[in-house]
Amino acid sequence: MRINRAYSWALALLAPCLILLFWLGMPPIARPATPEEIGLKIAIESRARDDGFGNFTAKQAMVLRNKQGQESRRQLRVKVLEVAGDGDKSLMVFDEPRDVKGTALLTHAHKQEADDQWLYLPALKRVKRISSSNKSGSFMGSEFSYEDLSPPEVEKFTYRYLRDEPCGDLTCTVSERFPVDKKASGYSRQVVWQDKDELRTWKVEYYDRKDAHLKTLTIGKYRQYLDKYWRAGEMNMVNHLTGKSTVLSWADYQFRTKLKKRDFSKTGLKRAR
Amino acid sequence: MRSPAARYLAALTAIWLAASIMAVETHAEFEIAASEFSGRVSLEGRAFPQTGIDASQRSYTTGFVVEPKLYLEEAGGSSFTLLPFFRYDSVDSVRTHWDLREAYALLYGELGEGEWEVRLGVDRVFWGVAESQHLIDIINQIDFLEHPNGEVKLGQPMVHATWTGDWGTLEFFGLPYHRPRIYPGRRGRLRFAGLVDRERVEYESGAEEWHPDFAARYSHSFGPLDIGVSVFDGTSREATLVCAPPACGGSVFPYVFIPYYSQIRQFGLDAQLTLDSWLLKFEAIHRSGERNPLGREEGIRTALIQGRGFEGILGQYREEEYVAAVVGGEYTFYSVFGSTADVGLLAEWNYDERGRRALPRRQPMTLDNDFFVGVRLGFNDVNSTEITAAFLTDASRETRNLGVEFDRRLFDQWSLHVAANLILSIDPLDVQYVGRRDGFYELHLEYNF
Repeated sequence: MRINRAYSWALALLAPCLILLFWLGMPPIARPATPEEIGLKIAIESRARDDGFGNFTAKQAMVLRNKQGQESRRQLRVKVLEVAGDGDKSLMVFDEPRDVKGTALLTHAHKQEADDQWLYLPALKRVKRISSSNKSGSFMGSEFSYEDLSPPEVEKFTYRYLRDEPCGDLTCTVSERFPVDKKASGYSRQVVWQDKDELRTWKVEYYDRKDAHLKTLTIGKYRQYLDKYWRAGEMNMVNHLTGKSTVLSWADYQFRTKLKKRDFSKTGLKRAR
Repeated sequence: MRSPAARYLAALTAIWLAASIMAVETHAEFEIAASEFSGRVSLEGRAFPQTGIDASQRSYTTGFVVEPKLYLEEAGGSSFTLLPFFRYDSVDSVRTHWDLREAYALLYGELGEGEWEVRLGVDRVFWGVAESQHLIDIINQIDFLEHPNGEVKLGQPMVHATWTGDWGTLEFFGLPYHRPRIYPGRRGRLRFAGLVDRERVEYESGAEEWHPDFAARYSHSFGPLDIGVSVFDGTSREATLVCAPPACGGSVFPYVFIPYYSQIRQFGLDAQLTLDSWLLKFEAIHRSGERNPLGREEGIRTALIQGRGFEGILGQYREEEYVAAVVGGEYTFYSVFGSTADVGLLAEWNYDERGRRALPRRQPMTLDNDFFVGVRLGFNDVNSTEITAAFLTDASRETRNLGVEFDRRLFDQWSLHVAANLILSIDPLDVQYVGRRDGFYELHLEYNF
């Protein structure tokens, strides 16, 4: 009995120590996560919620406005194919302005290495491999750059969670993301607002390389497709430096179409119209 | 004897009959799921600051181009494209011409792990990566009447089959009919000294323009490297111009040359390495079977004096075999000085094994040892303003060309193109010396619909 009692006393003392050791041995579970870890977790989760969409097609219309309010229009069709274990493949075909009608851009995005891009010029029937390092350049004279329009691969940024705050009727997490390839990106950082329920992005603030607030993107008119995938209906980019803005409207989303890998080859690019 | 234009019409009709029968056989219930009508109209003017070397040539010309496009697509994805072309020229009746740039049916589907694609009819095909010349590009005849740079091409009747897989892309071309190059008429410029006969076209092959030509190409992308190997066997797209009496070599000017098309074989290689903002390019050909008069002037003169006919004169020409190459690259500075503009720098070196005996291929200049340096300034503005300058200099001779182009969209559907083609200097020993007075300026006002 005595021995037993002593044993149980020892056990009573040892148990908290063991628990403490166990706790220290697995810090991510119990130690409060760092803002960097929370930010990364949100990014991984947002990306994971888009997994399995397969493919989709949509129409894009852009209205470009300058400071004086003069408008210019762009129209294009987008086809996107999900690739398991790598970045998506996408094909953009321009309808307007009419002088570039039929011009098409094929992108094979990659998680780590540089994306592959080919441009099809219908007047010459020429397929041209182009440099994909032009991330910061303007897309068709609009306020969107190429990097603003490509889906954010988790690996291409580092993250920092900032705070939670109300956004409209929802509660949003506010995080910063920093490009890994600082040379290619036009930004030093982006601040992203995502609602906590569905992790939809509602607002992005872009800071240029000198950390000046360059542009603000507000996103809205979300709709859910296939009971799972949220897609924006409208994206409004305002450039605070120039006073110019671009409204990008999405329409005619079609998921899980007949699109196949072969439609995203160089031969498929020549067929695009 | 019927003119080549009439023969081409007959040829097209024959091919179209065959194509229609096939289309009906394979797609008995052809239902149109999508259709589209688009195109362009362009008002154009050209001015030559210097008078031509022949007094009948004019220094100004105006005209217009109409190029509508009809596209029909069937529910399964098969499609039909029709793209006719018409040019009116106020000065040169030959330059007023029409062409069927495209008229083809496109079918495709799965083939094992990959896919097959067939294009049947008249189409245009582009091969290559270089900018200063399109060395390996050979499927289509160029539309020399449109522009001497060889960028504009005539439609080529063909059966074009493609097989694509993870291992690359393999293409076969059956080219049943040859399109001769058409040269400007008496009052037109950029024709140099002589005229080229449009009625009499000579072929090495007894089948003449109906000689079946074949071509094949394999291409693939290995990460940053895009590579292609090609072969062409058939009628040359470049004419050997033969000066035979009575139309040529006498005292009546301008001389009228007879175009002669040899049977040639060409092997081509093209590669591009894309690394960050660098594009590194290489093209090379090995060609055999073409005839060359350079270096045989003595024999040709003797044959002329002896009054020997076309065959006798042509017999003096050397049948040759040669290698030519282009190597170079392109580097782009994006968003320069914090603006939205891009600046691209281009440099290429053109080589031809024949050296001074080199003949022009796709453009009226010989590129035997010539450096090309270019600048492309893209403003990336709402109007897509772009300025390009290209300087071409012969490393071993005093021949230098400068081309400057300005492009800008004016309104949603209107755009402007202004270009200057300047001959800075030209070596009297150059084949293109006859074109020394043909520097020009041009302006296009284009409406796209």
